[in-house]
Amino acid sequence: MAMAAALRREGRRFASPLISSQPITNVRSSLIPEEHVPLGARSISTQIVRNRMKSVKNIQKITKAMKMVAASKLRLIQTRAENSRGLWQPFTALLGDTPSVDVKKNVIVTISSDKGLCGGINSTAVKVSRAINRLTSGPDKETKYVILGEKAKVQLIRDSKKSITICMTELQRNPLNYTQVSVLADDILKNVEYDALRIVFNKFQSVVSFIPTMATVLSPEVVERETESEGKLGDLDSYEIEGGETKGEILQNLSEFQFSCVLFNAVMENACSEQGARMSAMDSSSRNAGDMLDRLTLTYNRTRQASITTELTEIISGAAALES
Amino acid sequence: MQPRLPAPSAIPSKLTVNFVLPYASEISGKEVDMVIIPASTGQMGVLPGHVSTITELKPGVLSVHEGNEVKKYFVSSGFAFIHANSIADIVAIEAAPLDQIDSSLVQKGLADFTQKLSSASTDSEKAEAQIGVDVHSALNAALTG
Repeated sequence: MAMAAALRREGRRFASPLISSQPITNVRSSLIPEEHVPLGARSISTQIVRNRMKSVKNIQKITKAMKMVAASKLRLIQTRAENSRGLWQPFTALLGDTPSVDVKKNVIVTISSDKGLCGGINSTAVKVSRAINRLTSGPDKETKYVILGEKAKVQLIRDSKKSITICMTELQRNPLNYTQVSVLADDILKNVEYDALRIVFNKFQSVVSFIPTMATVLSPEVVERETESEGKLGDLDSYEIEGGETKGEILQNLSEFQFSCVLFNAVMENACSEQGARMSAMDSSSRNAGDMLDRLTLTYNRTRQASITTELTEIISGAAALES
Repeated sequence: MQPRLPAPSAIPSKLTVNFVLPYASEISGKEVDMVIIPASTGQMGVLPGHVSTITELKPGVLSVHEGNEVKKYFVSSGFAFIHANSIADIVAIEAAPLDQIDSSLVQKGLADFTQKLSSASTDSEKAEAQIGVDVHSALNAALTG
């Protein structure tokens, strides 16, 4: 240790002729102000580490708060999502789920969130939509996108700008109810021509797992075609259809109602998944910030202790030199 | 979702009812004796073994009969599917038990919408007012009848 102190003192002596290079150091230090260490400083500056620690601590506070907010929002929306699960079941019992139906005009309704920082749910929804687009495309077929939410728009606009017909954002600002969603569904039905609507969303499984899901809603004409040609909906023929002028009218009402119900459930499930994903993402980032803070604290303390030790050695060895 | 069984050969003694709303599953998989559905063609009583039917609902009273107990709901609109395996699915947009409805507010609403209907100028306004009158008169009839 005494050796090191001696070297340090030597270094200080060597450094003094270099003082003429001060302007250069000044230029550099104005660019990176934290890195400015006065020439011939005795101990290593801990200022940088201290600043870093402070910023990490602040980030941790923010992510913790976001986690809390997401957790309380999740609790609210989870019950509503679970309650809305009964809504699509009668339709599936009646019409079945027909993801493989082969039609000309496909409309992919991609549901995503408006805000980021919620893990991978938006990119999963986009990935699934792209895959469906590839599966359903072909000669004389047409696939269009209807996008709900900012994040899927940003990702899909890059490669399929031409096939996006409608784009709606800021769904989640107010708590969603069925009336809003049915107005939305009405808007979509009026503005696109479709044979099959494919709704892509993340189904909420638990706070850490979401299943990317596709729900298919067929247009009344396709329902009729599939029923008549002994297709996928052969059972529907045995049902007596009451009310309305014609069978087609009832079928149209039915499929529009089905779309609004399925969309309502999908929007709920996706909002619930978003909050769950955000909660777990924020949880892991506050944990990461904690780990980082621990490492920085260790470095900081170690440096501080080293400089104290150096100073002590200098004093003691100085005193010993005087005594002898 | 629970798988639906194929239609049994013998008619079961009870009818399984699912009654769902956007915000709740009011009745799920309950076995009852009979339901009376406000279909758009008129009241429709459904017993076990009913022929499979798809019907639209109109504003009216849905009553669920279970033994001697009768539970009545007022439903706004929706659809009902009766399957061959004696399962009835009822999907409504809004429903409330009949005893929770305030009759004085119904009278007031009915008067409001009748007045709106007479003063409506455009087709859509007229249609809106007509729906309001229909719902409120159905409510009124359900409460008084």
